Formats: sequence, structure tokens, C-alpha cells
Amino acid sequence: MPLGLNRPQTVLLGVNHNTAPVEVRERLSLSENDTPALRLFAELPSCKEVVFLSTCNRVEVLVSTNRPDEVRESIKGLWLDKGKMDSNTLQGALYEYEGMSAIRHLFRVASSLDSMVVGEPQILGQLKDAYRMASEAKTAGMVLNRLLHKAFSVAKRIRTETRIASHAVSISYAAVELAKKIFGDLAGKNGMLIGAGEMAELAAQHLIAGGADKLVVANRTLSRAVYLAQSLGGSAISLEEVGEALVDADIVISSTGAPGIILRKDQVKRIMRPRRHRLLFFIDIAVPRDIDPKVNDIDNVYLYDIDDLKGVIEFNKAEREKEASKADRMVEAEVIKFMAWMESLNVVPVIQHLQEKGEAVRQKEISRSHKVLESLNDEQQKALDVLTRSIVQKILQDPIISIKKEAQERNSEMILDAACRLFGIDGLKDTQSQQAKGISDNSQDKTM
Amino acid sequence: MHKFLFQITVFIYFISTVGFLVHIITLRKDAERIASVVLSVGFGFHTAAVLVRWFAGGHPPLVNLHDSLSFMAWAMVGSFLLFQWRCKLKSLGAFVIPFAMIIMTASSFQSKEILPLPPALKSIWLPIHAIICLFADAVFALAFCIAIMFLLQERQIKKKRLGAVFQRLPSLETLDAMNERCLTVGFPLLTLGIVTGSIWAEKAWGSYWSWDPKETWSLITWFIYAALFHQRLTVGWRGRKAAIMTLIGFAVLVFTFLGVSLLLPGAHSYATWLK
Repeated sequence: MPLGLNRPQTVLLGVNHNTAPVEVRERLSLSENDTPALRLFAELPSCKEVVFLSTCNRVEVLVSTNRPDEVRESIKGLWLDKGKMDSNTLQGALYEYEGMSAIRHLFRVASSLDSMVVGEPQILGQLKDAYRMASEAKTAGMVLNRLLHKAFSVAKRIRTETRIASHAVSISYAAVELAKKIFGDLAGKNGMLIGAGEMAELAAQHLIAGGADKLVVANRTLSRAVYLAQSLGGSAISLEEVGEALVDADIVISSTGAPGIILRKDQVKRIMRPRRHRLLFFIDIAVPRDIDPKVNDIDNVYLYDIDDLKGVIEFNKAEREKEASKADRMVEAEVIKFMAWMESLNVVPVIQHLQEKGEAVRQKEISRSHKVLESLNDEQQKALDVLTRSIVQKILQDPIISIKKEAQERNSEMILDAACRLFGIDGLKDTQSQQAKGISDNSQDKTM
Repeated sequence: MHKFLFQITVFIYFISTVGFLVHIITLRKDAERIASVVLSVGFGFHTAAVLVRWFAGGHPPLVNLHDSLSFMAWAMVGSFLLFQWRCKLKSLGAFVIPFAMIIMTASSFQSKEILPLPPALKSIWLPIHAIICLFADAVFALAFCIAIMFLLQERQIKKKRLGAVFQRLPSLETLDAMNERCLTVGFPLLTLGIVTGSIWAEKAWGSYWSWDPKETWSLITWFIYAALFHQRLTVGWRGRKAAIMTLIGFAVLVFTFLGVSLLLPGAHSYATWLK
């Protein structure tokens, strides 16, 4: 097959939580098909490499191709066909990126800059899974391998060098983060749940993960308290015993369905002396509230209700957004670096041409002196062969190194242009500068 | 020579102060690392300055206000370095080192001339008493900084303002524990300082206690810290009250240290020799 000179392009098509409702995302994930979606995309004729990412918030296809326009149409066609969608809906929801913008988008997705909650870490794992599937199915090649690995390392760098993920953005996690700001280390601290709701359970799990020691569960129906206490590794008490148990508690999470206040200020004030004024942190996530807001006025007692925590989360989200702009700058730098590498892929065919031309000249000259050389014995012939070969190699060595280097550092076009002209590689020059697709017409008879 | 060393020290401390402030504003970790290294170098120069002055004068440089302030800053920086080495407390440097810097600046405005030692002070008890007292002062200065940090952080959490200040300060319980640690070191030192002073007074003036203003105010200071120490031990006083008490104690301590010397006449009054 004659050598094509157009370089591979990356194309990314997809929808996310902002552009498409969940029904559309479900359809585009092609999960109801018998054939895995990845395979379907890989079988598209113009698609050289492909990675398919499908999460609950986004569906994206990333391909490397020599014919970007063709591949876009065929992917859309596949979606329309297998996803049973009409083209207006698809076109309205779809974003399409090519080249630099595709790379930028991928880096942003991997770094969780494009997520619903900026900085949430799950997406990186999901992208890694998608990539693993692609490499197991052998649909990821040189370009996507490199691109995905770069995306992972960019994401990791952003995670460590910006504080994009350092602010809690869920109620239960924010509560635990706050507890850490009060107590420092949660090790040796005692937790207490009043009411055994789902949110309380979640917060309790965070507490235990944070190192909290003992856990007491108080509930109106004792059986539920016992059940939850067992699953969390704590002990159960009845609601009446709460006042007494508060003496030992450090972090109290309240979430009962009680219609009014169940813990008054004087009740808390009374226990401060027996607990030797140790700090006490109340988290009231019940609506209506369980704990008298005035409890917060007591020295060494801190009370946060659900609205306070929501305020914390809003603030943290804003902080993450601020960090995100820093992260975006890092992404931009990495995109430019990656583009430079992509550009350098241009040089591969030129270098091949160069080497092939050298070899052709060598062959031709040897065959011209055929008559004289015939008289040499086998060993001498062999030596001659090695000698001529190494002359060709030595002559080409420096130009090849320069081309590679130059193309990585600057724009590849100028040096490639120069190389083609210097070494008389005809036809390449024009196709190169036009970024032409398809097959180059060069006079040399080369095959891949 | 000792003046030159002192000036270099002030300059190095200044750089370190800037480093700690840059750290607390930008949260750049390298700023803090550099500031700590610079501070250690400054501490070395400071130590040399004190020793050189000691040899140059032939008596411990603990006599006039310049000496006392300088030595107190030295003890503060030393305690801070020890503290940070043992239990790293986030952002502490940004509070303690500027404070030490202020003390050094105050010290640098005082006369640095080495005057002959008044006969009344010629005693082995001079270094013992003065060093213990100044160390107690330094440790309480550290406790003062930690109490300020506690009150700032406590206010943020109580008022639910979890912004820049909140993020930069350590947790309440850590601050409280450190405050307590300072107290358990500072209080015995203060007690010992008063006891050694009293012994020295008996040797020099023939009476253990003569109610001169310095002695009276030292006793008041001691009572305040004793109350705090007692409350902490018995009823577990901590948090805001303990922090406020630390501030009050330190305010009285400063008055005992400076106010009495400069304003009220008495045997301890440095002002009389300076004029």
C-alpha cells in the first residue's frame, strides 16, 4: 500500500449532564445492544483507534483517525441507528471536538474539571476503566495510548498541585471535615447518632473512616438502633438515655423525624461540667431541627444545622471553581505539549522516505558496478554490503536527528519542507503543506 | 562585634518573618521551609551575639532592657524551633516570629552599650534568676500566640465563617493542647523564677520578700497563671475561657516585665541605671 502522509487526528464526540438529559445519555451508551458499544465503534471503517467512555453523567467516544469528517458522520450514524434516536435530538445534545480541542476536553474530563461537581474523583477511575477495556479489546493504539496516559498524569498533577478536590462538597463529608477542624484527629473520639436515618448513617461511616472510635446509636425504636449499631460496630441506647450518654460523646449527629426540639440548651449546659468542658460538636441534619439553636452559644459547644452545612458546601464549591481556573491553565500547557508530540508524528513518513531513498541509491549504485563486483568472493561482497549500508546510515543520521528534534520543538512544517527539498523527495512537500488526506503521489516506489 | 552580630540577627529574622507571612497568605509550602531554615540560621547568629556580648562584658548580658528583650526573643525563637521540631503546628510561625521580630526591633532601639555591672547584681543568681524568668516569659509569649490563634479559629467555627482564616489555622483541640503544654512548662519556670529571685534577694538585701513593685506584680502574674493551671487540672477548664485567661495572664506579664521597670521605681527598675 502506498504511503499516506496525513497524520492521525483525534476526534471526540459526546454528551454530558449539561448538554443532554438522562434519557439521551442512556440511549447513547448503547448498553442495550448485544454487541459492546466499543466493538461497534471500532468496526467503523475510518476509525483507527477508539476509547468509549460511558458513565451516568456522560457518554463520549474518542477516536484517532486519518479521516476526521468521515468518522464523525459514521459515529453519528451509528448512534442514530443503534440508539434509535432522531437526528435533531442527537445534534442538539452532541458536542464535537477535533484535534487540540478534543485533547483539551479529554484532559478536562480526566481532571474532573468538566464534572457536575468539579473535583469529584470518580471520573478518573471511570476513564481508566474505559481505557482498560479499550486496551483489552486492542482498540487503543499508539496515539490513544499516549493520549490517555497523558490525561491520567495531568489529572494526577492537577489533583496534587491545585486544591481542586480539597474542599468537601457533600453534607456528610463536610460535617466530618468540620469535626476534624475542631478535634484535629478523630482517633479516640466518640460519635453518637440520634435517630437512625440514612444521612446519619452515611455521616457515621465517614466518621469511622476518619478514625472515630466508639459509636452510640439512639433511636425511638430501639430495634432499628440495635440494627444500625451492629452494622456500624457500635452500641444502641434509647432516646431517654441520650442526656446521660452525651457526657461521653464528642460528635453528635442528630437526624430524627421528631416534630420539635428534642435537645434543649439547659440539657447540654448541664453535661458540660461532668464532661470537664471537653469540646462537643453537634451536627443537626434533621428538618425540622432536633437541637435548640441556642446550644451553639454554650462555651466549647459547636452546633451546625443542615443550612449551615449547605452554606459550607456552597462556599467550598466556589473555592473549587477558583482552583479550577488554575487547573485549566495547567491543562492548556499540557495540551500544547501533546500537540507538539502529535505534530512530530508528521516526521515519521518523511524519515521513512529518506531512509528508503538512501537504500534505493545504494542498491542502484551496487547493481551498476555489478560486473566489477562479481569477481569478489562472498566474504568481500558481504563486507562491501556492510560498508555501503553504514555509509548511507551515517550520512542520514544527522538530518534525521535534526528533523525529529526540530519537529518536537518548533513547527514541523518548515524543517520537513526543507528536508523534502534537500533530498529531492518529490510530491511530499505539497501534500505536507496542504495537510492533504489520502495518498501522496511520489515518484519513489515505496511500499509500507 | 556583638552589635554587628545583633544587627545581622535582626535582618535575618526579618527575612524569616516575611517568609512565614508569605506562607500564611499564599500557603506555599516552600516559603515555610525556607523561612524555617533562615530562622535557624538567624538563631545561630543570635546565640553568637549573646555569647560574644557575655565575654565582652564579663558578665551575663541580662542586665538592661536591650539585653532582656533580646534574650527573651532568643528564648522565644529557640522554644519555637524546638516546638516545631517536636510537634508541627500549622501557621504558628506566622504568629510567633513576627512577634519575636517586634521584640527584637524594640530591643534594637535600646542602648547597646555594655555598662559596668552594678555591685548589687554581682552574683551567680543573676544568670540563674534572669534566664529562668526570661524563659518563662518566652514560653508564655508562645502561649499567647497560640491563644490568639485559638480565639481566631474558635470565632470562625462558632460564627460559621469557614473562609481563608479557618483553612489556615490548626484545629481547636490541637491549639488548646499546645496552650496547655506551654502552661505546664511556663508555670513551673515562673514559680522557679520567683523562688530564685527571692533567694537572691535574701542574699543581696537580707530579706526574701520586700514588696517592691516588681515582686508584687510578679506575684499577681503568678496568681493568674496559677488559677488557670488549677482550673485546667481540676475542672478541665479549656477552650475559649482558658485562651482568654492566657491573654490576661500575658498582658499582666508584659506589665510586670516592662511597665514596672519603666514606670514604677524599685530595686528591679532598670530605668534608674539607664539614666
